[in-house]
Amino acid sequence: MSTPRRRRTETLPYVIGYGLSLLLTSIAFGLVWQHVLSGHTALFAVLGLGLAQILVHFRCFLHIDLRRNSLPDLQLLLFSSMIIALMVSGTLVVLINLHSRMMGP
Amino acid sequence: MDSVGPQLRHAGLNLEDDPRESRHQVESDVFGFWIFLMSDAVIFALLFALYGTMLGARAGGPGPADEFKIGSAFVETLILLTSSFTFGMTSLCLKRDHKPQRLTLWLALTLLLGLAFLGMEIHDFVTMVSHGATASRSAFLSGFFVLVGVHGLHVTFGSLWILVMVAQVATLGRDAKVKINLIRLSLFWHFLDVIWVAIFSVVYLQGLIVPGGGS
Repeated sequence: MSTPRRRRTETLPYVIGYGLSLLLTSIAFGLVWQHVLSGHTALFAVLGLGLAQILVHFRCFLHIDLRRNSLPDLQLLLFSSMIIALMVSGTLVVLINLHSRMMGP
Repeated sequence: MDSVGPQLRHAGLNLEDDPRESRHQVESDVFGFWIFLMSDAVIFALLFALYGTMLGARAGGPGPADEFKIGSAFVETLILLTSSFTFGMTSLCLKRDHKPQRLTLWLALTLLLGLAFLGMEIHDFVTMVSHGATASRSAFLSGFFVLVGVHGLHVTFGSLWILVMVAQVATLGRDAKVKINLIRLSLFWHFLDVIWVAIFSVVYLQGLIVPGGGS
């Protein structure tokens, strides 16, 4: 059945994922908490770290990778990301435009 | 017995023991659940967009720096991350045919962490409401309560679902249906964690960044 070696290859993603996500979370919170960065630099750093952590979660916890047998999941994910990008950017354009027209000077 | 192959795809399944047909059945069931998760992701993405556009609409009410507490957001994050890890251990227990007690133990631990998270979140909400930062105070606060509240509701239903699964494991053992429900639940739980990562980055940390002179 399950050899010790296979057990390790199965447990490893969870341990690595947990470790990496703790690390990324701590860096992101540390940056803001200790005021290491400010303004736009801090914003982009936090968003970048968040994105990296989301990728770690997908890879380690949700088992999405580039292997052939998880390809349908990956394609679904990419398609949904496209839909989300379209809807979110559309919302932002419309609402920001509306805002500047109604609240402007 | 293939070494490290398809059975890694959904930890939690003894795919190598199952006949090929039920393997395909499981794969399409899980894929269907992925489609649900993605539609859920669209809802969250639009709530994020709404929150982003409402950031400036404070109507003279309290802003992020007045209301968000970085300490409790950090602890909530740690709790949720740990619960994702304990659910991973649940999936491995399911796969390896340990005693059902161990599976139930990991599930119960995940449930406790989920409830702890909810408790902290409710406490935060109550503190905010107690000094006037209610959802009706400004568009910004409406956006905040809807976005974070919908995530909280998901965690609530996830916790209920864990309870149901504990009951199913206890009464039905681990037959194919129970297994596949647990796999769905694990996807749901890990997905909520992903949403929370976006929430603490976009809502809490973004709101607490010092505007500073940085470029």
